[in-house]
Amino acid sequence: MLLTLSAILTDGLVYAAYLFIVAIGLTLIFGVMKILNVTHGSFYAFGAYGAATAVGIYANSNLPAALGFLFMVAFAMAIGLVMGAVLERGILRLVYGRDEVVVVLVTYAVFLILEDVIVLIWGPGSYAAYQPMVAAGNTELGDLVLSNYDLILVALAAALAGLAYWALKYTRYGRLLTTVIFDRETAAAFGINVTLVYTATFIIGAMLGALGGAVMAPKISVTLGIGVEVIVLAFAVVAIGGMGSIEGALIGALVVGICRAAAVHLVPQLELFVIYGVMALVLVVRPYGLFVRAQPRKI
Amino acid sequence: MQSYARIPVALAAIAVASSGPAQAQQPAASALVKLGIVSFLTGPAASPFGIPGRNGAEIVIEALNAGKAPAPFNQVGLGGSKIEAKYVDEAGTVANVVTEFRNLVQRDQVDAVVGYVSSGSCLAVAPVAEELKALTVFYDCGTPRIFEEKPRSYVFRVSPHATMDNVAAARYLVAKKKNLTSFSGINQNYAWGQDSWRDFVGAMKVLAPKVEADKVLFPKLFVGEYGAEVSTLLTSKAQALHTSFYDGDLEAFVYQEQARGLDKRMTMIMTTGEAAIWRLRDKMPEGTIIGGRGANGPLARDTEIKKWFEKIYTDRYNLPPTYPAYQMAQSLLGLKIAYEKAAKDGKPNADAIAAAFKGIEFEGPAGHVKMALGDGHQGITETAYGTYRFNKQKQMPEIVDIIRYPAECVNPPPGVEADKWIADGMKGAKCN
Repeated sequence: MLLTLSAILTDGLVYAAYLFIVAIGLTLIFGVMKILNVTHGSFYAFGAYGAATAVGIYANSNLPAALGFLFMVAFAMAIGLVMGAVLERGILRLVYGRDEVVVVLVTYAVFLILEDVIVLIWGPGSYAAYQPMVAAGNTELGDLVLSNYDLILVALAAALAGLAYWALKYTRYGRLLTTVIFDRETAAAFGINVTLVYTATFIIGAMLGALGGAVMAPKISVTLGIGVEVIVLAFAVVAIGGMGSIEGALIGALVVGICRAAAVHLVPQLELFVIYGVMALVLVVRPYGLFVRAQPRKI
Repeated sequence: MQSYARIPVALAAIAVASSGPAQAQQPAASALVKLGIVSFLTGPAASPFGIPGRNGAEIVIEALNAGKAPAPFNQVGLGGSKIEAKYVDEAGTVANVVTEFRNLVQRDQVDAVVGYVSSGSCLAVAPVAEELKALTVFYDCGTPRIFEEKPRSYVFRVSPHATMDNVAAARYLVAKKKNLTSFSGINQNYAWGQDSWRDFVGAMKVLAPKVEADKVLFPKLFVGEYGAEVSTLLTSKAQALHTSFYDGDLEAFVYQEQARGLDKRMTMIMTTGEAAIWRLRDKMPEGTIIGGRGANGPLARDTEIKKWFEKIYTDRYNLPPTYPAYQMAQSLLGLKIAYEKAAKDGKPNADAIAAAFKGIEFEGPAGHVKMALGDGHQGITETAYGTYRFNKQKQMPEIVDIIRYPAECVNPPPGVEADKWIADGMKGAKCN
């Protein structure tokens, strides 16, 4: 029983780390820009494909394996940076102020286009990028064997959460961001360059989406359609935590991660249902999620 | 994602065929035969299944149109008429798949449709094919329900259904693991995974009643992250693991379980593993029991037609064909046999081809096909399983220790539903 409990805890943490890394960019963009960004799935997919490309390039060099992970992440995030800038400046700024449904549809259209762009760039075949995970090795914990790469993911998620907390609370840009999240018009009235904040936020969100794809690439087969599943999962996590709340995304990821791991170990028949069951339960009790912000009342 | 392929090439070839003495024995091509080829060209199932299937169609149709296939397939195209193929993407909702099927039949007026990877697509298309009286050959989908639910007139499937894969997997496991006490399973949570597990467990109950099923896992299709599943299996005492995972799910599972040493604790049985060996190479665990949905790829007998197909495919795509490519080739060659049997008095219609298709037998790249089930609409073949190893000297995947199972050993007799046949102890199985 102790073995099962420790397995549920570690598996839950690993899955939560994955969920948080893929959801943080989505919730950040929603919090600031009030856009449910379906293109986030494309950022994830491009990040994964970019990482696979980077791993392929790096594998042919004689550089130490440990640096391969950093190269892969940097390469993917650079792709996210370029994509974020191009999409925000090239498309999204043209639809600011339109109905939220229109903006969602625009991001969905871009997502579909980018799926075909992936085929144009990388073709229909799948890619492997397992080398960083193999290089990381594993750790034995009694009967349980843990992948060190998974432990790195947990550490990365914790670092991202800490960094986001610090940046929002203790940096000038973070305070500006918090102001825009609270109320865009008031922020603009106080002289904050909201347009610049939007652009910066979207780029950071895109880089985080690409980061999610990059760190998952060694664990999966990088293939067409990987962004679709991520969008649904990330949306569930963000809805549980509260749209736009980073601490909500963290708690949402932990709740879903632990519940899913418990279901797989104890009642595997519920695995398919558990994520959306938790989401439905939370939304019945708190329709705006666990960590929804107080909304200013405008007169 | 749709294109009429090689019309100019086909027209040029017609001109050559009508003037060259080497082609003099071929009847004049009176008209083109239009085929709709449906397969996943995008989405997660494209890379492992859809694209090899599509490539198999392209290369075989080219060879048939050029009259370069070996006998008895050496007549140009189908009955002397060149084949014009229209390739359609299977991706999308089932409703979309049915709409595209109707478009092929009603708008494009194809003579036959050959295609479909997903069992969901096949189940949805079959009744529409019957309604439209459109000749349809399923090439890859595995559900046995197509011809068990009701008799079909215009639908055929040359490739055997999935029951064979899991019965043969159970036979191989029992033959090779004498001290087996328990096994676990991880299969995708939809019809394919559930049916595969049901057939495998049923066959194990018949073949080794004292061996118990331990952990039974059904993760969501394309979930990608298997940390909890691997932990669950690490805490299992099972000595074998059955999986019908395919494509990205199979590869992701292998990467993740290898990082945690699961394959060192239990033998993997992969019913579709053959489609992944050329990609996974040394990442595929040594000792894995490999199936290929029939005697396809390295499991195929080394016949002339197999060597021909392997060569033309490898020359074009720089990779050996995997089982979806074989299944497509077998399906097209079966259609050719039926078409030419029906074409004695000119271009046959769907009724004539369907009548000719029933119960045919022929030799294809994956062996002898007998349209024995579903009132002559469902093919059976022998199958084979083997054990994987990566030859480090040749840097090539290998399947060794192959055991072949005759078609009648691993398929239900005509008129008997697959699950009932297994539940009743696989009576009438002829295994030599």
